[in-house]
Amino acid sequence: MTWLRDWMMGPQASTLAPNIDNLFMFISAVNTFFFVLIVGLILVFVKKYRRRSPNEITPHITHNQTLEIIWSVLPLFILIGIFFWGFHGYVVAQISPANSIEIQVTAKKWVWQFEYPDGMRTLNDIHVPVNRPVRLVMNSEDVIHSFFVPAFRIKKDVLPNRYTEAWFHATRPGVYQVLCTEYCGKGHSDMLAKIHVDDDATYQKWLVEGDEEMKKMPLKELGQLVYENKGCATCHSLDGTRGQGPTWKGVFGQTRQFADGSSAVADENYIRESVLDPQKHIVQGYEPIMPTYQGLMRPRELLGAIEYIKSLK
Amino acid sequence: MADVHAHHAPGEHYLNSPKGLKSWLLTVDHKRIGVMYLWSVLAAFFLGGIMALLVRIELLSPKQTIMTAEAYNQVFTLHGAIMVFLFIIPSVPAALGNFVLPLMLGAKDVAFPRLNLVSLYLYWVGAAMALTTIFFGGIDTGWTFYTPYSTSTGGAVGLVALAVFVAGFSSIFTGVNFIATIHKLRAPGQGWFQLPLFVWSMYATALIQVMATPVLGITVLLLFMERLFHVGIFDPALGGDPVLFQHFFWFYSHPAVYIMIVPGFAIISEIIPVFSKKTIFGYRAIAFSSIAIAIVGFLVWGHHMFISGQSTLAGAIFSFLTFLVAIPSAVKVFNWLATMYRGSIDLKAPMLYAISFLMLFSIGGLTGIYLGALAVDIHLHDTYFIVAHFHYVMMGGTVIAFLGGLHYWWPKMFGRMYNERLAQIGCALVFIGFNVTFFTQFLLGTRGMPRRYYNYLPQFQELHQISTVGSWILGAGLFLTAAYLLATFRKPMDAEMNPWGGKTLEWEAQSPPITQNFDFDPVLKHGPYDYRPERPKLDEPVHHG
Amino acid sequence: MNQSITADHRTDKHGEVHSEHDPRLQHHFATFEQQLDASKIGMWLFLATEVLLFGGLFVGFALQQASHPEAFLAAHHHLDKSLGALNTVVLLFSSFTMVMAVHSAATNKQKALIRYLLITLACAGIFLVVKAFEYHHKWEEGLLPGKFYSHKGDTVKDQFIFFSFYFMMTGLHGIHVIGGMIAITWTLLKARKGTFDSTYYTPVDLVGLYWHLVDLIWIYLFPLLYLIT
Repeated sequence: MTWLRDWMMGPQASTLAPNIDNLFMFISAVNTFFFVLIVGLILVFVKKYRRRSPNEITPHITHNQTLEIIWSVLPLFILIGIFFWGFHGYVVAQISPANSIEIQVTAKKWVWQFEYPDGMRTLNDIHVPVNRPVRLVMNSEDVIHSFFVPAFRIKKDVLPNRYTEAWFHATRPGVYQVLCTEYCGKGHSDMLAKIHVDDDATYQKWLVEGDEEMKKMPLKELGQLVYENKGCATCHSLDGTRGQGPTWKGVFGQTRQFADGSSAVADENYIRESVLDPQKHIVQGYEPIMPTYQGLMRPRELLGAIEYIKSLK
Repeated sequence: MADVHAHHAPGEHYLNSPKGLKSWLLTVDHKRIGVMYLWSVLAAFFLGGIMALLVRIELLSPKQTIMTAEAYNQVFTLHGAIMVFLFIIPSVPAALGNFVLPLMLGAKDVAFPRLNLVSLYLYWVGAAMALTTIFFGGIDTGWTFYTPYSTSTGGAVGLVALAVFVAGFSSIFTGVNFIATIHKLRAPGQGWFQLPLFVWSMYATALIQVMATPVLGITVLLLFMERLFHVGIFDPALGGDPVLFQHFFWFYSHPAVYIMIVPGFAIISEIIPVFSKKTIFGYRAIAFSSIAIAIVGFLVWGHHMFISGQSTLAGAIFSFLTFLVAIPSAVKVFNWLATMYRGSIDLKAPMLYAISFLMLFSIGGLTGIYLGALAVDIHLHDTYFIVAHFHYVMMGGTVIAFLGGLHYWWPKMFGRMYNERLAQIGCALVFIGFNVTFFTQFLLGTRGMPRRYYNYLPQFQELHQISTVGSWILGAGLFLTAAYLLATFRKPMDAEMNPWGGKTLEWEAQSPPITQNFDFDPVLKHGPYDYRPERPKLDEPVHHG
Repeated sequence: MNQSITADHRTDKHGEVHSEHDPRLQHHFATFEQQLDASKIGMWLFLATEVLLFGGLFVGFALQQASHPEAFLAAHHHLDKSLGALNTVVLLFSSFTMVMAVHSAATNKQKALIRYLLITLACAGIFLVVKAFEYHHKWEEGLLPGKFYSHKGDTVKDQFIFFSFYFMMTGLHGIHVIGGMIAITWTLLKARKGTFDSTYYTPVDLVGLYWHLVDLIWIYLFPLLYLIT
């Protein structure tokens, strides 16, 4: 039945997944049995006992205590069994192993910020080693969000007034999707992140340098990736449409009018300042709401963003 | 007994006498109030349904299809709020229950007819307030209004909170009315165990309405106060606790789902014996199971919060109790099946709907087992699996039962019979369309598609498209049903007094009934599901197991 | 079941017994007894909903007190215990006079009924006047709910939460007192017309039940708000 399980649940990429999937499949088996029984009986009864004449007399069967006890108690036992199985799996998911790598997660509309033990911060992207447990200590800066990784079968709400935790132990290298699963407004369905599960050597290298791919990628391509993955797309369009922030189309080389009356030409320095210190100059007609990306972008990523913006005529 | 010298001319009934708009708007006749509720909830269903179709069209493609994200968030919020508060909660009790309950008890009206009219007015006021939110910035919080998003977002959340408060009292007063009616206005000979099971279920529903809805009232009032006056209860920036809101909200909203389904059970318990021409199997089990569901249903609200950060112990208790509350519902399904066994089954439209109910509600209930299991709920919470589950129980359950009940009592209410062939086609389209729309959503959920998502990952598109096509089939079935039901008003009133051979007292009234319901004093002569050809003599005890 | 006394008949001037009912008996009830019983069930259920409505506020108060204990302790000192105690006595007394009013109606003592209803009404008025004094004092000191809190010189913060609950709970209670006064006034006007006698005094009974609940809620509010230790 593994093909059915895979077809329904998707890949299993953590140590928590098999038990959850097994319970799911068990419940599916129980449900299928009862559903086939119920529908089967309906179809048989409808065919066999279809009214043939208007004066048919039916037997006056009011109850059957034995039968009623059986079909109350038997399902009860099955359900209690399912309860214990589910409870056990849930407890395991709440208690992270002592040797977990701890990553701080901050959710805010509509990005995921991560901070490693050594202070490094990333946005919407984390790298973790395969076969080591990871504990996520999570907090929100605004409303309730929820951290969901389908491939790991983990999910936990992220609250503004306290910390919540989730943990996982990835079993396969790969890139896995994180989705926000507590409605949080306009960008709720764009609040995505990726977990890169690397083998240990790759992970160590990444901690120091960022990934190989990123270093080799042409700057303009890297810039496009940054645009899509770092949350820029939520507020800045590429086609001239006005969003929460000004469009990037045709920005480079333009003279910008600021809210305080001053103006400047949008060159490389201006773009750098807009990313690292966005509150310094606010473009006229826009609100001062852009968060800073200080510490959230590697130097090469910023260079890539600049190149990308340059290319958008 | 009450005044038997009710004067009415031949051809006079509750629909045509007295005449005039004022006589309807100021009526205290439970039948007229029921009919006005019926048109109101059907209008709400239509509006909520349009919202649903719009949502499904938007979801045809992974990014923007026909509306912006802000618009989408408002449309799905309105869909949920309208369907839950303005359609499904009042639907069976206020529209069908108001009409049928006093007739089943041989009574002339409910205990508090003027309060009944007040209930209707409160519903209209609440509905109007809710709909005007569209013009005051709308609401985009989802129908669950979780804080602090709902305390900090713009729009008309305060107004809709007050609207829900007002509509809530409509529901409370209906509950109060039904409980008093069932206690005090039964016909001679109608002891508790001679009551139709519809009455037992409406009683259980009324208990929940009375006990749970006030908590919703205070919750939305506090939400309103938090938004307007920053009182400091749900917003963490003010020293409040957002999870407390969830506890308050679900303390009502879980029992609320039993307000939605138990009346559905009520209708099925009436239809199946009649269309199997066989006594109900396990009368007492079905009667008591409704009460058990009402009570235990108050103890499981935390199963909506397994992922909220509540304690593991709380999760365990709520999970265990959730599995317990499943048993009484399962018992009902088995009892209904056993009723059909060796019956004389007539597949008229009400029975087709009842059979659809058995299948669809079973799927809905069985899929609840996944969600009650703590570990599995981690994966499925807030995904499309939940959306599919609750549509199976609320729509595949309650709405299907409501349609069955509408067809069953239509000739009694309006004195006309609908076209049976069209009804069968309508039922088939609804059944097929419903399954295509929502079964695919279980798969979307298990594969990780979250709910309330405007954009989605491309791998989910195919399933979404299938689901949307299903919604068109479902919509077509519902439109067809509305059309042939409304078309009956062009026919003469040719329905018989008892077209189905029912044994409950409403079938001894005319179709449609006179204003005073009966022009004789109804006295119980046999049990509500007694199809034996030889009646027990009048002085023999009438008992059911 | 309900096959006891039949409906009252009124005899017209020709000595004809009409089957028209006493207009105080609604058409769908067979007897006054049935009408009274059903009405009482309805009122008790309504009172249960009121308990649940206020219950939510009590639960919210308890939880916020548990998470802000010093703030609640500090804040409650601004309440005047003796005024609160006075109001408690006034409401308790009004419940007693309400009981006497119901008893008077049941035993056909019209004058006593009106007198007791008037005293109950007066007590309710005193309660509201005392509350008005208290609210005025809070207004002067800036001890107001939520975002209106403007009291200066607090050493313990977040006291505005206490006052949010103080005003919400006593405010909602006050609204119910006013509602009760309207109901008592209506009953008074009907009593003056001689509507009530030992056969029919249902509204007096129901208003009495409601009034006892209003009193009971205050009995819980007073120690909760005024007597925190």
